[in-house]
Amino acid sequence: MKASGYVHKYGDNVDTDVIIPARYLNSPDAKELAQHCMEDIDKDFVKNVKQGDIIVAAENFGCGSSREHAPISIKASGVSCVIASTFARIFYRNAINVGLPILECKEASQKIEKGDKVEIDFDTGTITNVTKGETYQAEPFPEFIQNIINKGGLLNSIK
Amino acid sequence: MGMTMTQKILAAHAGLESVKAGQLINCKLDIVHGNDVTTPVAINEFNKAGFTKVFDKSKITMIMDHFTPNKDIKSAANSKQCREFASKYDIDYYYDVGEMGIEHALLPEKGIVGAGDCIIGADSHTCTYGALGAFSTGVGSTDMAAGMATGMAWFKVPSAIKFNLTGKLNKYVMGKDVILHIIGMIGVDGALYKSMEFVGDGLKNLSMDDRLSMANMAIEAGAKNGIFAVDDVTIAYMKDRCKRPYTIYEADPDAEYEAVYDIDLSTIKPTVAFPHLPENTRTIDEVGEVKIDQSVIGSCTNGRLEDMAMAAEILKGKHVHKDVRCIIIPATQQIYLDCIKLGYMETFIKAGCAVSTPTCGPCLGGHMGILAAGEKAIATTNRNFVGRMGHPDSEVYLSSPAVAAASAITGKISSPEEVM
Repeated sequence: MKASGYVHKYGDNVDTDVIIPARYLNSPDAKELAQHCMEDIDKDFVKNVKQGDIIVAAENFGCGSSREHAPISIKASGVSCVIASTFARIFYRNAINVGLPILECKEASQKIEKGDKVEIDFDTGTITNVTKGETYQAEPFPEFIQNIINKGGLLNSIK
Repeated sequence: MGMTMTQKILAAHAGLESVKAGQLINCKLDIVHGNDVTTPVAINEFNKAGFTKVFDKSKITMIMDHFTPNKDIKSAANSKQCREFASKYDIDYYYDVGEMGIEHALLPEKGIVGAGDCIIGADSHTCTYGALGAFSTGVGSTDMAAGMATGMAWFKVPSAIKFNLTGKLNKYVMGKDVILHIIGMIGVDGALYKSMEFVGDGLKNLSMDDRLSMANMAIEAGAKNGIFAVDDVTIAYMKDRCKRPYTIYEADPDAEYEAVYDIDLSTIKPTVAFPHLPENTRTIDEVGEVKIDQSVIGSCTNGRLEDMAMAAEILKGKHVHKDVRCIIIPATQQIYLDCIKLGYMETFIKAGCAVSTPTCGPCLGGHMGILAAGEKAIATTNRNFVGRMGHPDSEVYLSSPAVAAASAITGKISSPEEVM
């Protein structure tokens, strides 16, 4: 599986309240949630995001509330992958469970800049920065988690 | 190599002799929990996957607390969906308006959670029950759906950080100040993926309400769980409450910890977390002049009876500052009733506070006290992220009920000693 898109860049501790503010949690609908994705950290995100785009952030992405609405809204906004140095643990689980691709890669997080064009090969974990002509290697998933991803999410893996 | 308290509980629930940090395991669950925001997503996933029964109707809890009494039509539809699911599957522990309290205050109070349990909840503050010596952690809605269907969840066995507590808190210093101090020290990802284990001689000087508010905020340091060693205080709390037998686990003497912190409780000062992260802490003497528009006393962190008692002690015979709205939310119906019996309610209302039925309400910017652009609130809640209590240009300062009550009186962030 491959992904390709332009980068939206953020810093440390992007919390789930700014990814999808609680004032929109009265709806579980993915399309509706996507209309407010990242609203409190980047009010132009929804206007600018295109199918396939990639979010790159630094440490502890997705900290705070357990709201699955956060990865759901990112996925429904068209984002093909989130790359970060580290993820908060509930967000990490939720992303895998809902089928939003995520990669941990400190080098990519540090070197990729806003607007760069990036390609990802999920089979090898290779991240290519087309704009800068660089490649970075993401941490591989443990086999147990890769198995959940391969089966298309947690519920498909336990059925 | 010995195991930590958390590792022992996980090993027992995985049917294994021993586990070690980093190992991926499947555990049997004692409780699977959700609220009115996360459960609808779980129900949709449960139905979509084609499940037609729950693993055990006596081990699932649903509490309608976030946007209740329902604030709008969409949240009413969400509660209705939960209510219908709970009725269809005859869920034992479904709590709706009139019976409900804030989830993490209600489940311990009702004795539905206890020592040695392995619990997941689709709410990040599910880590609260670690105060009782349980392994309890927040997950998302899909994990809740899988848990409801199978009674199982997978975990990566966490390593741990030990907090060795000694001494005794000074007057007007509370468990909340201790946990804010710790988060200020280790940071919002200081315990990422790890357990925070609280032990030591000082435990005996911490009430259950103090411990519950400390375990509650383990997630604010990124932890998978926070857990307290079980002692006489825990046993006394659980004695007439727990509906199921509980089990006491102790860490092995040779358990491995990534770090050990010694904390003398007598050195902790009232502590405030500045916007927009719980790690931005300052002791009360370093706060400076911060005028506030609102004071919120409640939430799953600080809506328990001792929190109400502290607020009442400080507000008694005084009046809230003319420029401040003070909103007090007892966390459960029992606490609300106790506040009436003990005269706290009269104190609050005479002081000019608004008192609400239990709800998470303003803590997450749901309803019952939303901030306008440029407004500042002191709150006994657990998060002060951008936009958490309303407009993205508003600010939340986190504190204990003692500081929040004192600040409501003076109109600026204040030490309780300033008004007593």
